[in-house]
Amino acid sequence: MYGFLIAVGILLLISIIWMVYRIQSLVSVVKGSDKKVASGSNKVNAFMFVLFLLGSGALMFWYSIKEFDNYNPPLASEHGAVTDQLFWITMAVTGVIFIITHILLFWFPYKYQYKEDRKAAFYPDNNKLEVIWTVVPAIVLALLVIGGWKAWSDITKPAPENAHVVELLGYQFAWEVRYPGMDNVLGANDYRLTNASNVSGVDFSDKNAHDDFNTPVVVIPKGEPVLFKIRARDVLHSVFAPHMRLKMDAVPGMPTKFWFVATKTTEEMRAELNDPEFEYEIACTEVCGKGHFSMRRVINVVEPAEYRKWLSEQKPYIVNNPALVENLSPELKELAEITISEYK
Amino acid sequence: MATAHTATHSASTHDHHDEHEHHDNFITKYIFSTDHKMIGKQFLVTGIFWAIIGGLLSIIFRLQLGFPDMELYWLKPLLGGWIDDAGKLDPNFYLALVTMHGTIMVFFVLTAGLSGTFSNFLIPLQIGARDMASGFMNMLSYWFFFLSGVIMFTSLFIETGPASGGWVVYPPLSALEQAMPGSGLGMTLWLIAMTFFIASSLLGGINYITTVINLRTKGMSFSRLPLTIWAFFLTAVIGLLSFPVLFSAALLLVFDRSFGTSFYLSDIYIGGEALPNTGGSPVLYQHLFWFLGHPEVYIVLLPALGITSEIISVNSRKPIFGYKAMIISMLGITILSFIVWAHHMFVSGMNPFLGSIFMFLTLIIAIPSAVKVFNYLTTLWRGNLIFTPGMLFSIGLVSFFISGGLTGIFLGNSAIDIQLHDTYFVVAHFHLVMGSASFFGLMAGVYHWFPKMFGRMMDARLGYIHFWLTFIGVYMVFFPMHYIGIAGFPRRYYSWTNFEFSNMYTDLNMFVSVAAIITFGAQLIFLFNFFYSMYRGRVASLNPWRSNTLEWTTPLHPKHGNWPGEIPTVYRWPYDYSKPGAAEDFIPQTVPLSATPESNLPHEQELVKLEKAIIADEEEVLVANESKES
Repeated sequence: MYGFLIAVGILLLISIIWMVYRIQSLVSVVKGSDKKVASGSNKVNAFMFVLFLLGSGALMFWYSIKEFDNYNPPLASEHGAVTDQLFWITMAVTGVIFIITHILLFWFPYKYQYKEDRKAAFYPDNNKLEVIWTVVPAIVLALLVIGGWKAWSDITKPAPENAHVVELLGYQFAWEVRYPGMDNVLGANDYRLTNASNVSGVDFSDKNAHDDFNTPVVVIPKGEPVLFKIRARDVLHSVFAPHMRLKMDAVPGMPTKFWFVATKTTEEMRAELNDPEFEYEIACTEVCGKGHFSMRRVINVVEPAEYRKWLSEQKPYIVNNPALVENLSPELKELAEITISEYK
Repeated sequence: MATAHTATHSASTHDHHDEHEHHDNFITKYIFSTDHKMIGKQFLVTGIFWAIIGGLLSIIFRLQLGFPDMELYWLKPLLGGWIDDAGKLDPNFYLALVTMHGTIMVFFVLTAGLSGTFSNFLIPLQIGARDMASGFMNMLSYWFFFLSGVIMFTSLFIETGPASGGWVVYPPLSALEQAMPGSGLGMTLWLIAMTFFIASSLLGGINYITTVINLRTKGMSFSRLPLTIWAFFLTAVIGLLSFPVLFSAALLLVFDRSFGTSFYLSDIYIGGEALPNTGGSPVLYQHLFWFLGHPEVYIVLLPALGITSEIISVNSRKPIFGYKAMIISMLGITILSFIVWAHHMFVSGMNPFLGSIFMFLTLIIAIPSAVKVFNYLTTLWRGNLIFTPGMLFSIGLVSFFISGGLTGIFLGNSAIDIQLHDTYFVVAHFHLVMGSASFFGLMAGVYHWFPKMFGRMMDARLGYIHFWLTFIGVYMVFFPMHYIGIAGFPRRYYSWTNFEFSNMYTDLNMFVSVAAIITFGAQLIFLFNFFYSMYRGRVASLNPWRSNTLEWTTPLHPKHGNWPGEIPTVYRWPYDYSKPGAAEDFIPQTVPLSATPESNLPHEQELVKLEKAIIADEEEVLVANESKES
C-alpha cells in the first residue's frame, strides 16, 4: 500500500515538474526570449560563478584547516621528512596558482557577462605574454623537479652496508616476513621449493639460510638503516608503509628493494599522538585479488638495544621445523644440526 | 593546377551524392550508414549508453565504500550471486566493478564517445568536405566498436564475472586464472573486445588524418583550421601511433594466457603449484601498456580541449587568444605524451635512474598545459560572455583542467609520488583532469552542436540546471578524495577498516557516495533534454550561436554530402569575432576579405589582392567546367 502511495506521489511530482517545464518553455516562446542573444539567465549564471568561487573556496579552507591533523599522516622516517617538505612546497606553489587562476576564471564571467551595448575586445595574440607564461612555469617547474630529483636520488641510492635486511614476500593474501638472522645475509631462494611449510621458498642447501627466521611482526631498530628486500611469489603486490613514506612494488621474478631509517619508535609515536593503540602498518597497494584490502602487517619500531635483544631471541626456521633440512646432503645436514643445537 | 583539380573533384562527388540520396532506406540511413554525420550520432548514442552503464557500476561500488554496512539484498535481482547471503557485495565483484568502470569510461565513453562522435561529425563539416576520405572504413570503425561493446557487455554477465584486475589489467594477475575468477573467461572477452576496439580506433584515426590532410576545401589552409580540427587531427595521430602498442601488449598477454609463453611470467607459485614459466617480466607489460596508457590520457583530453577552445571563443565573442600558441602547445603535448609513460611506474621496481629521466620529461608536459590555461583565461578577459550550456561546460572544463593538472605536478615528481602512488590522491587527480574534464568537453560539444546534429535546440534552462548540479557534484565527489589520498587510503580497496591508518573518514566517504549518486541523478536531466529535444525541441536557426565556422553554412538538415551546391570557399581564419570596424560581432569564414574592407587589418589588405586573383581563377575554371559538361 505504501509502495503504491509513494509511486502515486512520485508520479504526481513528475507531472508537476513536467507542467512547469512546459509552461516555462511556452512563456519563453511568447516572450520571444529565444530571439535574444542572451536571456535573463545569463546574469544568474554569471552570478553563480562568483557564488561558487566564494562558497567552495570557503569550504575548502575551512575543511583543510580543521582536518589537517586528520588527513596528514604521522611521519616516522628520515627520507619522509624530505618528501613531505617537497609535498608541502609543491602544495604552496600550486595552491597559489590554483587560487589565482580560479579567481580569474570565475570572476571574468561575472565581470564580462554579455551586455548588448558592449563589444568584446579583439585581442587575438600577444607573443610577449605567451613567452612569459611559457618561461615562468618552466622555471618554477625546473626548481620543483630539481628538488624532487635530489630527494629521489638519495632515496634510491644503494643502501648503506650496515643496513638491517628484512625480506618481505607478498603472496595472496599476506606478507611473509623473513630475517637473515645473525649473519645479516638472507639465504638463497627458489620458487620451486615453495610449499606450505616453506612459504618463501627458502633454499636450505645454502648455509646462509640456516639462521633465517620469520616473524609475524616486522621489528626494526630506530635510527639505523633498514633495507626491505621485496619479493612476490604469485602476482604483483606493493609494500606500502604510510608512516614511513615508503612504497615499492613486489614483482614475481624481479626482486625489488627500499631502504629507510625510522626516526620514532612505536612507543614514542604512541606518546606523541596520545594513542596507546597506534601501530605502524604495511598495506598492499597493487591490486592482487580478492583479499587485496586485507594484507596487513605491523611494523614495530624499537630502540636499537631492544632490537638486538629481540633478534637474539628469535628461532630460525630450521629450529622450529627440523624437517626442512631432512633431505639435505650429509655435510649440510650436519652443519644445520650444529645450528639447531646452538639454539637449544 | 591543384585548384582546378579540387574543383572538378568536388563537383563530381556532389553529382554522385545527388544520385544516391533518394535511395536511402532505413538500414543504409540509420544502421549501416556511410554518412559521417550519422556515424558520429551512432558513436554518440552508443557512448551515452556506455556512460550510463559505467556510471551505474561506479554507483554500486560507491555504495560499498560509502555505506559499508548497508545490506544490498535489493540488488540481488540484478547481481545475483555477487551479493552474498549476508547482503554484502562480493570482493571479487567489487574489483570487477572498478575494472569495468575504468575500461568503459576510458575507452568506450571518452575515447569512442568523444573522439568518435565529434571527429566524425565535425571534421568534414568544419573543413568543408562532403564526407570522410573513406565512408566505408568509417562505417567499419563504428561496427568494430559496436562489436567490441557487445563482447564487453556480454562479459558482464558471465558466471565468473568480467575482467577484474583493474583497467590496466597487469599480469600476472590478469594472466593466471588461478589468481582471481575474473582472470578466466572474463579476461579473455576483455582482450577480444579490446582488440576490436583497437581496430575501430585505427580505422577511425586513419580516416580522420587522411580527411584533414586531403579534403580541406579551397582556402582552408592548416593555419585557418578551427582548433577543434587541430585537436581531432593530433588526437588521431596519437591514437594511430600508440594503439598498436596496446595491441602488442594484449597479444603477448594472450600468448602467456593461452599458449604457455613467458613474456610476463616468471618464478610463480600459485594455487599450490610452481608454474614452469621463467624469464618473463611483468614490468615489460607495464611499459607496453603505458606506452598507450599515457598518450590515451591525451587522446581523451585533446578533443575536449579543442571543443572548448571553439566554444569559449564563440561565446566570448572574441578570437581565441594565441591561436598559434594553442596549436604549438597541442603539438608539444602530442610529442611529449609519448615520452612520459613511465611516470606511472616510479615504484614498479624499474631502474630509479629511469625514474629521474621520466620525472624531468613529465614536468615539461605541464608547460604547454599551463599555456593553454592562460590562453583560455585571456580569451575570457574583456569578452562579452554568453552563458550557453556549452559555454558553462567549457568553463567547467577549464576549472577541472586546472585542479587536476596541478595535482599532476605532485604525482609527476617521483619523490612525492612514493607516498601518493596508488592512493586516492591519484584517483582524484585523474578523475578531474581526464575524466571530468573530458566528460565536460563531451557535454559542451553535445549542447553546442546539437542544433547541427538534429536541427533543434536543447532546452537551455535544463542545461543550466544540469551544469550546476554536475559541476558542483563533480567537485563534491572528487575534491574530498584529495584528503583521503593524502591520508594514504589505497585504491581498489573493498574496505579500509582493516588498517588503523585508514580506519577513519567514513563520514567523508559517505559524503562522496551521496554526492556521486546525486551527480549521476543529475545526468537524467540531460538524458531527458537530449532525447526530448531531438523530437520536440525548438527548431534551430541556421547559425544559432552566430559562429564563424563552416558547419553553420550547411542547411538545417544537411543531406549526405553536406552542402547542396558547391562547397563554400574559405577566406579567413575562424576567429574573427568582434573585429573592430565590422558591423556584426562575427564574420564567417566564407566571407571574403575583399567584402570587409572596413574591418580588415593592414596585413589583410595585402591579402585582398591575392584573393581577387584567386577568385578570378576559380571563375575561369567554373566556366570551363560548365562548357565541358554541356
